[in-house]
Amino acid sequence: MSHHIIEATDLHYSYPDGTVGIKEISFRITHGESVAIVGANGAGKSTLLQHLNGYLIPSRGQLRIGDYPLTKKNVKAVRRTVGMVFQDPDDQLFMPSVFDDVAFGPLNLGLPPDEVETCVTQALETVGVPHLKHRPPYKLSGGEKRAVAIASVLSMSPNILVMDEPSSELDPRARRRLIRLLKSFEHTKVIATHDLDMAVDVCERTIVLSEGRVTADGPTLELLQDEALLEKSGLEKPLQMQNCPICGDRKEKPDGNSNIIRAPRRGLQSG
Amino acid sequence: MAAIDRHFFDIGYMDTLSSQQTPVHQLDPRAKLLTTLVFIVMVVSFGKYEISALIPFFIYPVFLCAIGNVPPAYLLKKLVLVSPFAIMLGIFNPWLDREIMIRLAGIEISGGWVSFASILIRFALTVGAALTLIAVTGFNAVCMALEKMGAPKVFVVQLLFLHRYMFVLVDEAARIFRARALRSFGGEGTGFKSYGSLVGQLLLRTMDRAQRIYLAMSCRGFEGEIHVMQPLRFGSREIVFIFGWLAVFILMRFYNLPVLIGSVITELTR
Repeated sequence: MSHHIIEATDLHYSYPDGTVGIKEISFRITHGESVAIVGANGAGKSTLLQHLNGYLIPSRGQLRIGDYPLTKKNVKAVRRTVGMVFQDPDDQLFMPSVFDDVAFGPLNLGLPPDEVETCVTQALETVGVPHLKHRPPYKLSGGEKRAVAIASVLSMSPNILVMDEPSSELDPRARRRLIRLLKSFEHTKVIATHDLDMAVDVCERTIVLSEGRVTADGPTLELLQDEALLEKSGLEKPLQMQNCPICGDRKEKPDGNSNIIRAPRRGLQSG
Repeated sequence: MAAIDRHFFDIGYMDTLSSQQTPVHQLDPRAKLLTTLVFIVMVVSFGKYEISALIPFFIYPVFLCAIGNVPPAYLLKKLVLVSPFAIMLGIFNPWLDREIMIRLAGIEISGGWVSFASILIRFALTVGAALTLIAVTGFNAVCMALEKMGAPKVFVVQLLFLHRYMFVLVDEAARIFRARALRSFGGEGTGFKSYGSLVGQLLLRTMDRAQRIYLAMSCRGFEGEIHVMQPLRFGSREIVFIFGWLAVFILMRFYNLPVLIGSVITELTR
């Protein structure tokens, strides 16, 4: 099964105005892997993601998605393989009702109406919102919108799921629900995120980007504990790997600076 | 600012209306589109001073509203919103055309006023019918019907995007105006000076967003074809609908019903 893989070799992209988006990016993501792409703002995450759905074509190097190298000619086949969930669900949901929206992809693929009906219902059930079927999308809450946006991609049964910041703008419970949902998918997943805790929960592998390059690629748990690497890439340790500033033990660094935030504790004591 | 927000939800309401399941909603979109097109042609084909013969034509939009469960107050509000265009078209007629045409209980009415009234009635009829058509069919379905009936695809896709981006534009505008309102105090900063950059911002942001939406659509296999779940079926109901209304329109076009009824009544009471 080679159609679930993503392979980048020496990927370069510069924007028309000369700004370098990404450079010398190489990685191989195999079937069923779940990979987090992390990096500070402007590290090149979005540029990289836009290559994965064929919106941008690399200026140098090659990207293979599934069975095809990415070129202008087979963009359609690539988009059929990759399901892309956008950062802002409002960009993705535009039909008058949730049902129409989730049916948009399957209808474009040319499925007969009764099959469309089944796969829409299935997709909505997978993300746990079959009751929203007839609601207009612009009246949903943030979490519901995100669920529907994911369903609208699932209904096309893609082999690879690519998500841009799926946990942004979600309340804690909706975020937890999303994490459970993502863990239940067997697709190859590529998730660009600032939510490093979600990366720890969902992705066994992490690729760290900094200034357009890959600075590290390896097991999530290992990379996200490497403080030197995180510092260099403009990131911070996931909260669940930090000691709790309020109730946990405070570890003092040898130089006397605490590696945790002290302000709340002082605030509590003086109050 | 609040007004923009409100209108935004108002436009969305049109989609809610179009997703109802009434006998009119269930008709094939092509049948409704064709009938409405014929209706519009009939209405605009009258002479410039015609008023009385136009009145019976209101039966068509009223019928669609009644059966299609469309609240008339909502449509009237929308009509008033776009009425300035029609008013601008005819506002100078009373000055340009001062020949007296009608004497009503001692009041003399010039041809200009008559033609102005005629323009307004035609506007109410045609725009009202078009709005009702969308409310009982849905914009996507109307576009699909246009394409199936032979309208060029480029044109249909333009229409579809126009409708789609209207929401985007209003949404962005609402945000920008809200941001400005929150940082301007006592009318400071709301003047024309800030308008230039505001409108520029709006254009750039909307273009960006429009591009993202287009990308999201192509990611889901959009290639310029519009697909609607409702199967197209041209059955006997559609044929009855089209030919029934066609007969009514022709009757109303070639016989001035109000005059006819009036003369019958005067005949009877004599």
